[in-house]
Amino acid sequence: MQRYILHRTWQMAITLFALMTLMFFLFRLLPGDPTMTVVSSAMDPRAQAAMRAQFGLDRPLLEQYLAYLVSYATFDFGYSFHSSGRVSDMLAGRLVNTLVLILPSMIVAYALGTLIGALLGWYRGRRFEIAAVLLATAVQAAPLFWVGMLAILFFSIHLGWFPPGHIVPPGAFPDPTWRMYLSPEFFHHLALPFVVHTAYQLSYPTLLMRSSMLNTIGEDFVEFARIKGLRERRILFGHAARNSLLPVATTIPMILGWALAGSVVIETVFSWPGLGLLMIEAVQRSDYPVVQATFFLIAILTILGTFAADLLYGVLDPRIVYD
Amino acid sequence: MSWIVQFITAVRRTASGRIGLYVFAFFGLVAIFGPMLAPYEPFERVYHDGRLVRLASPSAQHWLGTTSLGRDVFSQMLYGARQAMIVGCATAIGVAAIGVNVGLIAGYFGGRIDAVMMRITDIFLGVPFLPFLIVVLAITGRSTTTIIFAMTLIMWRAAARVIRAQVLSIKQMPFVAAARTTGAGDFTVLYREIAPNIMPIALVNVTLAMAWAIITEASIGFLGYGDPSVTSWGSIIHAAYAAQMMYRAPWWVIPPGIAIMVLVSSVYFVGRAYEHVVNPRLAVQ
Repeated sequence: MQRYILHRTWQMAITLFALMTLMFFLFRLLPGDPTMTVVSSAMDPRAQAAMRAQFGLDRPLLEQYLAYLVSYATFDFGYSFHSSGRVSDMLAGRLVNTLVLILPSMIVAYALGTLIGALLGWYRGRRFEIAAVLLATAVQAAPLFWVGMLAILFFSIHLGWFPPGHIVPPGAFPDPTWRMYLSPEFFHHLALPFVVHTAYQLSYPTLLMRSSMLNTIGEDFVEFARIKGLRERRILFGHAARNSLLPVATTIPMILGWALAGSVVIETVFSWPGLGLLMIEAVQRSDYPVVQATFFLIAILTILGTFAADLLYGVLDPRIVYD
Repeated sequence: MSWIVQFITAVRRTASGRIGLYVFAFFGLVAIFGPMLAPYEPFERVYHDGRLVRLASPSAQHWLGTTSLGRDVFSQMLYGARQAMIVGCATAIGVAAIGVNVGLIAGYFGGRIDAVMMRITDIFLGVPFLPFLIVVLAITGRSTTTIIFAMTLIMWRAAARVIRAQVLSIKQMPFVAAARTTGAGDFTVLYREIAPNIMPIALVNVTLAMAWAIITEASIGFLGYGDPSVTSWGSIIHAAYAAQMMYRAPWWVIPPGIAIMVLVSSVYFVGRAYEHVVNPRLAVQ
């Protein structure tokens, strides 16, 4: 087990390093000079050169690369082209907003999904099972942003039960502190995106768990449990479902990664001020330091999430041997 | 190409498979012939009596109404079908071509080649896809080819991994050893004997890749990073979003989503119907 953790940590470090190098070169390829919003081509060429020297852009590439690595390691993400503020200050609140939406909804989606999937697999052939599978497939097929828009159209615009977006009413919390996350306005605004995202993420674990259950039910030990005379409920949850969890658990890292990457979409639909929306806004404004930092943060979250989920899998399955 | 025939026969066995296949074929026909039959051009602003027909509700002249710029939504839907099918099929073919070959070679030869190929794929594990694609599109400009290329690049890993696992178990089977005893070389064994047996699972993976590709391309279009020279279902919704009309013009926003949902569902149904044949435990008793 320790070997597994060590190996995964090492792998994580390599992935992180490769990611940062990739990003360094990727963002150098973006159109325009990094200083283009500060340095105008109408300026005296000597002034331009002086500004570039000030930003360290005349240093050799290797030096810039090392400086970049060091500053990112200390969470110094530079200054925004747009607001001239420190990027790291902008990110903190946004990071929390993204996590507070995505993480709970993934947990609920997987918990509910495995439960429903287990029931669907067990009661295969009944009408509700067939209907549920069709529904899950349809939900999986519908694009998330469209479902979100329909939800807003119906529950917010038409029925007026929920606000159509944002995290709190504009102006309600001019200086957001952690108190904002406990306020009723916050929960009122969280409700719709949370439900939409959870419902969307629900279908995959449900269908997967159902497939896994169908495989497990054919196993001998389930038959044996029946012969022993155990109650139906006990066999369902205690034996069949429990052993069907593994394939579903292996997908958690991947799906968590997708959910974090896909935060861009749901935050755009609901104007939810998270990392994804910040990245989209920054790309539009060519605010490259912010784009780079948000991309980095989303990637870090994905890598950490993958790592945590892999550890969980190592705990769930004692047989694991890393390959 | 007997596996194509086998594929279609297997899918047609179940009701959901048949429905999926026919719906998919329908969309294929729309993709091919739709733009020819479209009443208007997708970016054409329609005037009536000298006035722009803005945000018109569905009517006889405009079956799905018009956008805030006076464009016919129904025509845009027809052109969008072509884009969705092109992107979906191109990505599926790309994923199949690369994933199958990498999976076969990595699984069969094993050792160093296997390790290197799997490590290459793992490096990209931490990269969040949509943000990455947005940055790439900001660099290279927004084009359909870039999108297809990037999606294939991400998706082939999953296919290769599944196929590699399958090859590892087929490799041990007697008929492979038999082929080798009769003097067949490595590549002959690989492509004549092993490949036909991994086709079923490869096909299931291909359907998943196609479904994912269509949805992802729509998401990119929705975020405003689709190819500006073509109409796609995602970009139709984006236009409504950009005009802030999405809650006042439901005829503009609802049809593209339904189209995506129906097309992707049909692909899923086909994949699942086929999977029932591949995995006997899932078959209906």
